[in-house]
Amino acid sequence: MNDIFDALPEIDENASRRLHARLAAAAQRDGLLDVAYRTLDTPVGTLLLAATEQGLVRVAYDREDHDAVLAKLAGAVSPRILRAPARLDAVARQLSEYFDGGRRLFDVPLDFRLSTGFRRAVLAHLPEIGYGSTESYAQVAAAAGSPRAVRAVGTACATNPLPVVVPCHRVVRSDGSFGGYVGGEDAKRTLLTLEAA
Amino acid sequence: MRLPGVIARPFEQIVTEYGPVVLRVCRAVVGPVDAEDAWSETFLAALRAYPELPADANVEAWLVTIAHRKAIDVTRARGRRAVPVEDLPERPSRAGNPDAWDGDLWDALARLPDKQRAAVAYHYLAGLPYKDIAEITGGSTDAARRAAADGLRTLRATYRHTTEVGGSTS
Repeated sequence: MNDIFDALPEIDENASRRLHARLAAAAQRDGLLDVAYRTLDTPVGTLLLAATEQGLVRVAYDREDHDAVLAKLAGAVSPRILRAPARLDAVARQLSEYFDGGRRLFDVPLDFRLSTGFRRAVLAHLPEIGYGSTESYAQVAAAAGSPRAVRAVGTACATNPLPVVVPCHRVVRSDGSFGGYVGGEDAKRTLLTLEAA
Repeated sequence: MRLPGVIARPFEQIVTEYGPVVLRVCRAVVGPVDAEDAWSETFLAALRAYPELPADANVEAWLVTIAHRKAIDVTRARGRRAVPVEDLPERPSRAGNPDAWDGDLWDALARLPDKQRAAVAYHYLAGLPYKDIAEITGGSTDAARRAAADGLRTLRATYRHTTEVGGSTS
C-alpha cells in the first residue's frame, strides 16, 4: 500500500540522537525534566543514576531491574523521565573516583523523598559511618534513636534508594559477617574490600 | 502523587517507541528543513501534558494530533521568515544512508494540497484510521479517506520512485 514510502528509513539514528539531546536540553530549560537518568559502568555492575531537580533520588543495581526502577519512579515521582546525562555528571564523576580509590566522600545534593519515617532517620545516620569503617545493625539502631529497632534497620538498608552514595554497605552483622545487601553480597564485599585497601 | 487511572510509563519509553514515526510524519508534512523543529516542539509539548494523559489514550494518535498543530505553527513561522532557497539541505541523500531523506519524495509531497499531504502522512506513515485523521484535520471520515486516496494517486503519478533511485541496484 505505502510502497512509496519504503525508501524512507524506519529509524534515522543520527537524527534520533540529535533530537533526543535537544529534547532533554529543552525539557531542562523549561523545568519539565522531573527525573533525569543515566547508567554508569562500575566494578559492581551497571548502576542506574536518577536525579530530580532537588538532587540524586535513586541509585539502582542491575539486579533491581532498571526498567522496573524507572517505572516505579514514574509512579512515585513523575512520569516526566528522560535519559539525560548532564544532570548526573557530578555524581557519575564522583562515583568513578570512588571506585578508583581516590574519593572517600560524596558531595552531591540528595533527594530523600523515596524514604520516610524511621527508614529516613537510618539513612540520615549512615553517612556518619566513615569510609573504611563499619557499624553493626544494633549500633545503627541506637544511633537512629531506636535501639531495639535492629530489624527495622535491616529493612531500611535493604530499601535504601541511594546505595553506594548513602553507605548502607558499611552496616554489617555484629559477628562481623557481611549480612545482606541490596546489591548482593558480592557487591558488598567489593565495596568493603575497596574501602579497606 | 498521581491520580488513579493515569499512566505511569517513563516518557523516555514514549520517545523511543514513537519518536521515529513522528519524525517521518513531520518530514512528510513540513519537509526535511522544518521537520526537526516540528518534532522538537511536538515532544516538548507532549512531555508537558504527559502526566495528565489518560491510561487508555492512543499515544500515537495523541502525538500526531500535537504534531499536526506544531506543523501548522512551524509552517506559519516559515512563511513569515521566507527562508531563502540556499538554506535547503543538500538534497538527494538516498535510502541506505542513515540520514537519508528522499528529496524527490518531499518535492512530490510538497506539491500536494495540505489536507491531502496530512491525510497521506497520518494514514500511510503513522497508520492512523481515517476516523482519527478526520478528528485531527477536521471534516468527515469519508473526506479524510478521499484526501488520502487522492493524495496517494497524485504521488504515484508525480513521484517516480524506482529501485534504481532507491539504490538497491548498483
